Amino acid sequence: MTIITFTLILLAGAYLAGLVGSLTGLGGGVVVIPLLTLVFHVDIRYAIGAALLASIANSSGAASAYIKEGITNIRLGMFLEIATTVGAVGGAIIAVYTPTNTIAILFGAILLFSAAMTLRKKNMEALTEGSTLSYKLKLNSSYPTKDGEVEYKLKNVGAGFSIMTLAGVLSGLLGIGSGALKVLAMDSAMHIPFKVSTTTSNFMIGVTAAASAVVYLQRGYMDPGIAFPVMLGVLGGAFTGSKLLTRMDPKVLKYIFCVAITFVAAEMIFNGYNHKF
Amino acid sequence: MKKILSKAFTADQDIEKLIGYLLRYGVITASLIVFIGGLIYLHQYQHNGVPAYHTFVGEQAGYTTISEIFSGVGSFNAKGIIQLGVLVLIATPILRIFFSLIGFILEKDRLYILITFVVLSVMLFSIFGGLKV
Repeated sequence: MTIITFTLILLAGAYLAGLVGSLTGLGGGVVVIPLLTLVFHVDIRYAIGAALLASIANSSGAASAYIKEGITNIRLGMFLEIATTVGAVGGAIIAVYTPTNTIAILFGAILLFSAAMTLRKKNMEALTEGSTLSYKLKLNSSYPTKDGEVEYKLKNVGAGFSIMTLAGVLSGLLGIGSGALKVLAMDSAMHIPFKVSTTTSNFMIGVTAAASAVVYLQRGYMDPGIAFPVMLGVLGGAFTGSKLLTRMDPKVLKYIFCVAITFVAAEMIFNGYNHKF
Repeated sequence: MKKILSKAFTADQDIEKLIGYLLRYGVITASLIVFIGGLIYLHQYQHNGVPAYHTFVGEQAGYTTISEIFSGVGSFNAKGIIQLGVLVLIATPILRIFFSLIGFILEKDRLYILITFVVLSVMLFSIFGGLKV
């Protein structure tokens, strides 16, 4: 295979990863790792480097649109970023001492969890009474809906912060955005309306990924020959995905992709278990 | 209540819009650099086979430090140019925190100046803390 063929196939694959990641809400990074390792037999460390770049590109690209609409809760995002960045740096440190097969198994498990999370019932209710800490930290806010501005309050700040730290560690260790865990912290623990938690989570992913990306860049995880098609492909795919999302409700597609991702996750765990990484 | 807050509120909104633009243009700039570098890469390496990506080389492959990347860009090396795009992409969210910090300073929100400062410090520690090993 020539380098041009390889690049073009990788570009097409990354485009598909960005599209699937955007339609399922899992993010492009999560799909890039199995694509590179299982299909292209790339070392998982290069895959992690590329996935981090895909996560940052996705997050920054989409966040600008959400901020304009006023859905993202910037204070909440900034407060929780203390947890995710400290976690991400910790994860990047642990990564050196973690065998690649263990990383692959862990990745498969998180992928299974994330796929299940996309199918759960979403929190649409806005709390009217928040916890003491939520007032002290000025985390309560409002967001625009079809029926005008809706005020929301939140609770379980400590629990949310703890889950965010774990999300950060996994993000640093596996090179993914950990969007599913971030939404779990905000949606299930802190009772934030679904729209706010997804957009704020997406906003945070870029910062969290950047915290470990600087370490991985210095370690040589980011190979230019892989970074270039992956970055451009994932961005293109995510862009197409966001256009498709405004025109249709991809419920059926979402189920199909989630089943497919379950198989991919099983393959990652199986290969990791058999020391193939 | 809302009227009293409205002045601070607009400052807040403006800085948020600015952050939105920053993120978007950061990604666009990074993609353009990577795209140009990518074309040169394909041209410079077109007769080479696909590198052995199944074995991890790490730092020895080069272009892992800012000085290496810039000297690569200076000598018009494709890998150096792509890595510069990568650098711009990673820098975008970090710059974002910096702008948020300015926003909170303008609002005189002491608590969030502190919180943002902590996040920025973690980032700087990650860059300069010598964590690469």
